Amino acid sequence: MCFAESSRSAVLKRACFLLTVILLPTSLLAQAADIRVAVAANFARPMKVLAEQFSEDSAYTLTVSLGSSGKLYAQIVHGAPFDLFFSADQEKPLALEQRGLAQSGTRFTYALGALLLWSGSKPAGTSVKELLLTGEFQRLALANPRFAPYGTAADDVLQNLGLLEQTRSKRVLGENIAQTFQFVASGNADLGFVALSQLTPLESVAAQSIWRVPATLHRTIRQDAVLLAHAADSDAAREFLTFVRSERAARIMEAHGYRAPSHSGIQQQ
Amino acid sequence: MTLSDTDLAAIVLSLKLAGTVTVILLVLCTPLAWWLATTRSSWRGTVNAVVALPLVLPPTVLGFYLLVAMGPQGFIGEITTWLGLGTLPFTFTGLVIASLLYSMPFVVQPLQNAFLALGKRPLEVAATLRAGPLDRFITVVLPLSRGGYVTAAVLGFAHTIGEFGVVLMIGGSIPGETRVVSVEIYDHVEALQYANAHSLAAIMLVFSFLILLGLYSVQSRSTASLWPSR
Amino acid sequence: MAESLSNTLNDRGQAPIQARLQLDYGSAFQLDVDLTIPGKGITGVFGPSGSGKTSLLRCIAGLEQAQPGKLIVKGKIWQDQHYQLPTHQRPIGYVFQEASLFEHLSVQRNLDFARKRASGQPDPAQQQRIASLLDITPFLHRYPHELSGGERQRVAIARAIMVNPEVLLMDEPLASLDNERKRDILPYLEELHASYNTPIIYVSHSVEEIARLADHVILLDKGRVVDEGLPANIFSRLDLPLLPGDEPGVIVQATVIEREQDWRLIRVGFDGGELWTQDNDEPLGSTVRLRILARDVSLTLSLQQDSSILNRVAAVVDEIATNNQQSAVTLVRLKAGREYFIARLTRRSVNQLSLHPGKRVWAQIKSAALVR
Repeated sequence: MCFAESSRSAVLKRACFLLTVILLPTSLLAQAADIRVAVAANFARPMKVLAEQFSEDSAYTLTVSLGSSGKLYAQIVHGAPFDLFFSADQEKPLALEQRGLAQSGTRFTYALGALLLWSGSKPAGTSVKELLLTGEFQRLALANPRFAPYGTAADDVLQNLGLLEQTRSKRVLGENIAQTFQFVASGNADLGFVALSQLTPLESVAAQSIWRVPATLHRTIRQDAVLLAHAADSDAAREFLTFVRSERAARIMEAHGYRAPSHSGIQQQ
Repeated sequence: MTLSDTDLAAIVLSLKLAGTVTVILLVLCTPLAWWLATTRSSWRGTVNAVVALPLVLPPTVLGFYLLVAMGPQGFIGEITTWLGLGTLPFTFTGLVIASLLYSMPFVVQPLQNAFLALGKRPLEVAATLRAGPLDRFITVVLPLSRGGYVTAAVLGFAHTIGEFGVVLMIGGSIPGETRVVSVEIYDHVEALQYANAHSLAAIMLVFSFLILLGLYSVQSRSTASLWPSR
Repeated sequence: MAESLSNTLNDRGQAPIQARLQLDYGSAFQLDVDLTIPGKGITGVFGPSGSGKTSLLRCIAGLEQAQPGKLIVKGKIWQDQHYQLPTHQRPIGYVFQEASLFEHLSVQRNLDFARKRASGQPDPAQQQRIASLLDITPFLHRYPHELSGGERQRVAIARAIMVNPEVLLMDEPLASLDNERKRDILPYLEELHASYNTPIIYVSHSVEEIARLADHVILLDKGRVVDEGLPANIFSRLDLPLLPGDEPGVIVQATVIEREQDWRLIRVGFDGGELWTQDNDEPLGSTVRLRILARDVSLTLSLQQDSSILNRVAAVVDEIATNNQQSAVTLVRLKAGREYFIARLTRRSVNQLSLHPGKRVWAQIKSAALVR
């Protein structure tokens, strides 16, 4: 099978187009928005509310693209036309800034995450913390510490509790915090480190089946955002960043299990 | 281009998984494909559709359902627990079972096509030469369907090597147990270690290409020597 | 039924094939036959395509399941209301229309396939004979795709015989070959007929093949038996369904009486007269089979001596075909002794000679081909 020279370039074009479609979140193509925001998947729910509130108050519309921070980072590096990047960690916004792809001086921590130890299938009469300390469990789920911030934090906790070695054979790694949640929710892992935001509101969860991990046991889970270079002149984007830093935004984040860095809302246990 | 120990372990694991799955699939799919190719049952369409489902289901969706089904509350999980096997996610056995489902259409369909292409005649001839049903299958159907078996093995193997979504969902990325090459590459990408990802991806690409090239050239040669100019 | 069957068996003094078979493929095709097939020699099953010849053969082989069906071969029940002997347990040999050799096996291993599964003790001497009879020894090591169509078919026939069948079924074994290849194989089949004791059921729509080979003919049309009997009787029918290109003509059985070496002629005698024909070195006293085509037979009312035509036979008009009023020519059946001839005449000649059944005539026979 061979293509004529002219049709070959047509095929190439089509291939490029297809690649673009696959790499770019489809919502981007669907409508031209005033602000295009790339958001780490774990922050999806608060971002939805933030976007709604912001759109009501301002004249701008907001389009949200979700993905893992790593994928969004790769897309931005390869020219994806986002205005703002809300990462799940600090490393990637910093790397973008160093590569000149983000506007320097705009990087800030928009939310602090909190870690929960959770069991969906805990025997009655014990607490999850006891289970972890005594080793009476089959599988411990955590996000991959190599690249997922909640995984790095969970790894810190195990190290600080001196449990790193004895849990090694029982650990199963989620590629992100959402998958880690699935491992525990489906009962395949009887214990797991998840994000507080995933179980919020906590009213419906039995107190004994969760343990709010003290922030002292792990490095702070900082989620950073940055204004991307190609939107340096976008008033709309800058306005949204200001909104995210507001008191109102902080309350929304708290309702979803995050802390805003400028407001010490959630008390540590 | 250097490979870490975990990269090597992932390669070995992927080969072991694909090899195991391919062998089991060839055995399991032979009667299934034969039945699909020869039956007049009204169930044929339904079974065909079920076998082909993994082709259209996104792997992560299939993986999610497997995670739930194999979990302690899932029906597969209850069976395996009752059998004393425990639950299957995060185990090599679990990966094998998931891969069997996922790669099955790639093995069933070439076999089915090969059996269909064979037609009834060689079997009728064998029957008139006193060959019983099993005898006919072994001495006539299998050798005449060799091309179909090569294709099925190549596709089944390659597809299992390349499998990612399902493994990601039920694997848990345990080194030497469930962290196969595709997951290892993904982990490198997520950790922004693109150089490592590139090395491993390049090795897998070359390796897969060589396997496919080898098997396909064997196939075309055997086909050429058996049926050159008809 | 069982009683009448066993009576028939006893009557014949040998065990023939009893077949009462019905197949119903809706309105498109039906087979409904009740046959007794001789337990020796070649039985030719003749008829136009779609007449059910192949279906009959497939039912006997068990490749098709007649419902209802009853099949008794040499005293053994192969099929009845409650029972169906699977094909691979029937002691048959089957030669398909196309050679159907196993492409993945060499000629030798194709033959071995049959040999290993043959019923009874394999007889190496007989197998050797068959291989040399069909002249396949030179290419035993080759693969089917390396053979010509005629060679493939000879291997297929040898293979079918290698399983030691009690009945050999041949489904148009020459149909897929061109005329030249057919002429290559026909002598092998005749040789087979002469040296091989197993009964053969030979399906064909070619008059020539049936005429040359068959001892007994079954005429099928639309799934039913129209007629059966000796080739001489069947081929003298004026309404025989013929292929385009197939000439109507009769088969005459005769004995070699005299040889005229100088003229390369032999004189043969039959019940009803004598004929001269080309000498092919048949021994005196041997039985030969002649095929006399209708187009080679003309009629005179008186004996004409001043003609180039050698053969003149006194005959009586038996029947004049009436089913071809649109055509200039028609067929006339003549009877000479116990044998029949067919002449093809214009309807004008029939009228001018005032031919009618019972009228005495002289049949001038331009050529009589020895077919065996």
